[in-house]
Amino acid sequence: MIRLKDVEMVYDNGTKAIQGITLTIEDGEFVFLVGPSGSGKSTIIKLLTGEVEPCSGRIMINGFSTSNISERQIPQMRRTLGVIFQDFRLIEKKTVYDNLAFVMRAVGASSKEIRKRIPYVLELVDLEKKANSYPTELSGGEQQRVAIARALVNNPETVIADEPTGNLDPERSLELMDLLVKINELGTTMVVVTHEKNLVDRFGKRVVTIDSGHVINDSVGGYVGGHIHG
Amino acid sequence: MGRHNFGYFVHEGLSNMFSHGFMSFAAIGITVACLLIMGTFTLVAVNANSLLKDLEQENEILAYVEDGYDEYETRALQKKLEEVSNVASVTYISRQEAMEAFLEDYPEEEMFQDLDPQILQDRFSIKIYDLNQISQTAQQVRNMEGVADVNAYEDVAGGFITVRNVASVVCIALIVILFVVSVFIISNTIRLTTFDRREEIAIMRMVGATNGFIRWPFVYEGFMIGFLGAVIAFLFQWGLYEAVAQGVSSNDALQLIDVIPFQELWKPVAATFSVAGILVGVGGSLSAIRKFLLV
Repeated sequence: MIRLKDVEMVYDNGTKAIQGITLTIEDGEFVFLVGPSGSGKSTIIKLLTGEVEPCSGRIMINGFSTSNISERQIPQMRRTLGVIFQDFRLIEKKTVYDNLAFVMRAVGASSKEIRKRIPYVLELVDLEKKANSYPTELSGGEQQRVAIARALVNNPETVIADEPTGNLDPERSLELMDLLVKINELGTTMVVVTHEKNLVDRFGKRVVTIDSGHVINDSVGGYVGGHIHG
Repeated sequence: MGRHNFGYFVHEGLSNMFSHGFMSFAAIGITVACLLIMGTFTLVAVNANSLLKDLEQENEILAYVEDGYDEYETRALQKKLEEVSNVASVTYISRQEAMEAFLEDYPEEEMFQDLDPQILQDRFSIKIYDLNQISQTAQQVRNMEGVADVNAYEDVAGGFITVRNVASVVCIALIVILFVVSVFIISNTIRLTTFDRREEIAIMRMVGATNGFIRWPFVYEGFMIGFLGAVIAFLFQWGLYEAVAQGVSSNDALQLIDVIPFQELWKPVAATFSVAGILVGVGGSLSAIRKFLLV
């Protein structure tokens, strides 16, 4: 479960990125986080992954409180999360298999566990035949599916996808979103940051709209745009 | 992450090293140069020190007793000499004994054989504790009533002391400077590796790798650079030392200098080089990786 309570975040340059956000995402939920550029979506992701600390308020993620988390606990907290980036961020000199193996190794998985888990995850994202390919040999959609496989390979409780369809054409975007829904149905909490209205409207999931660091709408159904001024 | 994945870390460390072959070569080269310079000055200091010790053992101040002193007065003078602070022992040598020792030293010289011992003086052979204070001690002895003259090889001792002191100071200064230079260069080499792998490091952090897991491959890389540098430096040092020792022993002008055989020194040299190389390598890698591990 993810819970933000009265969270405020001001960067060193004085930018007020988040202004008193309170938000709860239950286990197994699928949530779209939407809003225009500069609205604070990326800051929320950074707060959730522990890259930045809030100036005030409390954040609970899968049983960890980021406001009083020790440095040693941050890796443990991150192991409960899988993160997908818009630009995929795959290691080009490693094969698809090795891209997944290295993140499993990073959390201490044994070779046996790695050999067992990776084929299963690649099958889930329909890339079992591409295990020995290098990222540059794959299409954009396939690369993003590798990134999804990488986010899933350590079996996280929550997957956070930051603009996962940003570099894909509409057809591939739809396929990818179907895949995320499928993963969510297997029990993984899914937080998808996007600004693609069509996709959001199509899936009928919970939508949290952020603007100028505030939550301006939290409802099931579709995208609610708009700006708060003053 | 309970266990230490030794094979994986070594593999990653080696692959880092080879992926920046030129920089690794430069880092190893600079480590070798630093250790070699450091080692050479240390070995000079060690040899100078050993020569000084020998000199301290062998060196004596000869204090000649004034003519006309009887046995009673001579004993009283010996007692006074023994009371001088830097004096370790005082041995009385009569002119007869001095002549016998002299003749023993030149058994082939026939013209010395009939010399009258009366041409020599009774004397005291004085051994001292600290060669650094030989001049002061010689002066104290010289000023004593009953001492006709003093013979002390102050210049020779002073020369060795100067060599040892200069070598020690240069050695310490070089160790500090070269250590900092080595750490800086190795740190930059590894920083290049970490920069090349910043994406990997970011992903590792994102999926929950501990700082230790991220750090280890770079520590092994630094360790290997430092250790390899130490091994190469040791071999060069060995060759250099043997060549210099050979040169010194075959040079008539340097017969006084007795170079310590490398066989007696190789263990401490190898241990010091290994420890210094590894410290420099690991220190450099830790300083390079530090900023990547924040957050």
